[in-house]
Amino acid sequence: MLHLILFSIFAVLAVAGAINLLIQRHPINSALSLIVVMASLAVEYLLLGAEFVAAVQVIIYAGAIMVLFVFVIMLLNAGEEERSEGSRVATMIGIPAMLVGSGLISWILLAHSNTQAVPAGALPGPPRTIAWLLFHDFLLPFEVTSVLVLIAIMGAVVLAARPVSSPPARED
Amino acid sequence: MVPLSYYLVLSGILFACGVAGFLIKRNIITIFMSIELMLNGVNLSFVAFAANWKALSGQVFVFFVMVVAAAEAAVGLAIIISVYRNRETLNVDRINLLKL
Repeated sequence: MLHLILFSIFAVLAVAGAINLLIQRHPINSALSLIVVMASLAVEYLLLGAEFVAAVQVIIYAGAIMVLFVFVIMLLNAGEEERSEGSRVATMIGIPAMLVGSGLISWILLAHSNTQAVPAGALPGPPRTIAWLLFHDFLLPFEVTSVLVLIAIMGAVVLAARPVSSPPARED
Repeated sequence: MVPLSYYLVLSGILFACGVAGFLIKRNIITIFMSIELMLNGVNLSFVAFAANWKALSGQVFVFFVMVVAAAEAAVGLAIIISVYRNRETLNVDRINLLKL
C-alpha cells in the first residue's frame, strides 16, 4: 500500500513536470521541469529495486546531462520561444495526438494485459550484480560504448570549437 | 505491490509528452530536451519489465541507453552551438535553408 502511494505521488509529479515542460515558454523553465521528471523517475526506480539505476539516473541524467543543457542555455542566452504560424498547426495536431496516443496506450495496457503486480524491491539491482553482468555478459557492448563516448567527445570538441586560423564565413 | 501496467502507462504518458514536445516546441534546445524525455520514458519501461521478469539485463540496458543519451547530448549541444554561431537563432522555423 505504501508503495502504491509513493508510486502515485511521484508518477503525478513526473507527469506534471513533463506537461510543464510543454507549457513553459522559456527553455530554462523547461530544463528545470525536466530535472523534476528525472528526479521523480529515480524514486520510481528505487521502488522497483533498481538502486544502481536510480543512483546513475540522478548523477548522469539529472546531474551531468542537465548541467550541459543549462550551460548551453546560459551560453547562448536563449530567450523566450517565439510563436510562429507553423507551430500553431503543430499545436492543433500535436496536443490531440498526444492525448489520443497516451490514452490508447493506457487503455490497451490496462484492459488487455494481465496486470501482474510488480513486487517493489523484489529484484535488487545492487552495483555488484550489475557490474558482474556488465563485465561478463555484456563486455563487448560495454567496450563498444567506450569507443562511442570517445568519438562523441572528439565530435563535440570539433563541432563546438571556434576555427582558429580562418574566421567563419558568414553567408547570409 | 504496484501492477506492471501502471508503470507502463506512466512510461507511455512520458513518451507521448516527449513526442508532443518534439512536435509543438519551436526552440531547438527544448526539442532536444523532449528527446531526453522520450528516452526517460523508455528507460522506465525497461526497469519495470526487468523487475517483472526477474531479468537484470534490463537494468544493464538502461545503463547503455544512458551512455548513448550522454554522448548524444554532448554532440547535439555542440551542433546547436555551431548552428547558433552560423544562423544566430534558436528558432527551428528560421533554420530553413533546405526548405523549398
